[in-house]
Amino acid sequence: MAKKTALYERHVALGARMTTYAGWALPVQYPTGPKAEHLHVREAVGLFDIDHMGQIVVTGPDAVPYLQRIMTADVSRFSVGRANYSMMCYDDGGIVDDVFIYHMPDRYFITVNAANNAKDTSWVNYHRSHFNVSVENVSQETYMLALQGPLSQPTLQDLCAYDLDELAYHEAVDTNVAGVPTLLGRTGYTGEDGFEIYFPANEAIHVWDALMEAGEEYGLLPIGLAARDSLRLEPCMPLYGQEISANITPFEAGLGWAVSLDKETLIGRYALLKTHLEGPSRKLVAFEMIERGVPRHDYAVHVEGTVRGHVTSGMYSPTLEKFVGLAYVPSEHASVGQEIGIDIHGSVRPAVIVNKPFYTPTYRG
Amino acid sequence: MPVQVDENCLYTESHEWLRIEGEEAYTGITDFAQDSLSDVVYVELPDVGDTFEQGEPYGVIESVKAASDCYLPLAGEILEVNEELEVSPELVNEDPYGEGWFVRFKIEDPDQINDLMDPDTYKEYAEKAQEEGTH
Repeated sequence: MAKKTALYERHVALGARMTTYAGWALPVQYPTGPKAEHLHVREAVGLFDIDHMGQIVVTGPDAVPYLQRIMTADVSRFSVGRANYSMMCYDDGGIVDDVFIYHMPDRYFITVNAANNAKDTSWVNYHRSHFNVSVENVSQETYMLALQGPLSQPTLQDLCAYDLDELAYHEAVDTNVAGVPTLLGRTGYTGEDGFEIYFPANEAIHVWDALMEAGEEYGLLPIGLAARDSLRLEPCMPLYGQEISANITPFEAGLGWAVSLDKETLIGRYALLKTHLEGPSRKLVAFEMIERGVPRHDYAVHVEGTVRGHVTSGMYSPTLEKFVGLAYVPSEHASVGQEIGIDIHGSVRPAVIVNKPFYTPTYRG
Repeated sequence: MPVQVDENCLYTESHEWLRIEGEEAYTGITDFAQDSLSDVVYVELPDVGDTFEQGEPYGVIESVKAASDCYLPLAGEILEVNEELEVSPELVNEDPYGEGWFVRFKIEDPDQINDLMDPDTYKEYAEKAQEEGTH
């Protein structure tokens, strides 16, 4: 039986179609429909129930050396009040998960993927020994909503005493939203300006209702998982289980910028250094279909007549009005302009490698 | 949501509709089918002159969610495909029984018409499927 979020009844009342994702019953779409929901977030503002996401809080005198060991990014360089992308890797360089780390004055607040929450918790606890730190999974008592789109700020400002002009891209602050203590980050997973909102789970209905009401004059719509997926794919943001996994290293995925190889204690450092120095044998590329067809996860990619890779994600892009996807191909065939073939329902259709991303994010601040 | 049916059509268990015009017929997918599939982004249709057995897959509907086959309700030869769908696949969602038609074909064996459901029977069938599909 899938777990229900506190907003389950709200979604059903709004006419959502529910699906099961990572063990949670979540809205995949509302009556607006995925394509229109997607475009609405690009043009106006949308609200996402993403309580399935997990959160882990790290505190204590050894927080920095501990995080330096388990996180690929250089945590010592994270300013207070900023959110940063990182990954955790296994000894062989494969990815445990990708995360966002909010460096708050009194704690490191880490957002992890729903599907990896249990695994991550075991992983971070396993590596805690020898460090004077407290590591606490706060997923159950923490609710997470995302407000995304160019009209996010006016929608939220009515409910928030903090001057949002002062909160720049990837900054975060402990404040109040609708009278509820909230960790507010100018972060997201859509390629638009917007906020991720963390607050006590027992206030979920109150905060949701307040945001829906405040957003009325800006045309706020609730947005389902289908649009969340297409919105993240246009700016080429990776999804664990598709672009990244235990069998893929950050350098193959084009995420080497979030790996600090200088950190001597980093788990997986030797393997990561090796991939970096030798160069990855395959790379994640963006492609556009030349012939029509919808590329989907795991479809075979042909290069010069033989199967040489696979599609990680693909779709009809509502913003570009094109069929696009991401795929792993051998590094020697990963240049922009390279023609590849995608096996769609048994026919190999031409596609071409293009620059990443498909959609250039329009952040502010 | 109530299941919409067209009173002038016959129906298959795989949620295709059939509108007979003499020795020919139009077919497409039902309102229930388009609603279950969600936004249609591409429809792959056969070539004019292709022939299919009754119930044989003749095309693929690509929605935001997944790829699904569509099946010819009766054996026949394709006479025309709806080329509008190439540029406007959303017609399948907006007007499934009208502008969202898929193909026109020549009926090979009129006896097969007896295998199809009338509108009332289909409506009941689709409503049952809808109940089972939602929780």
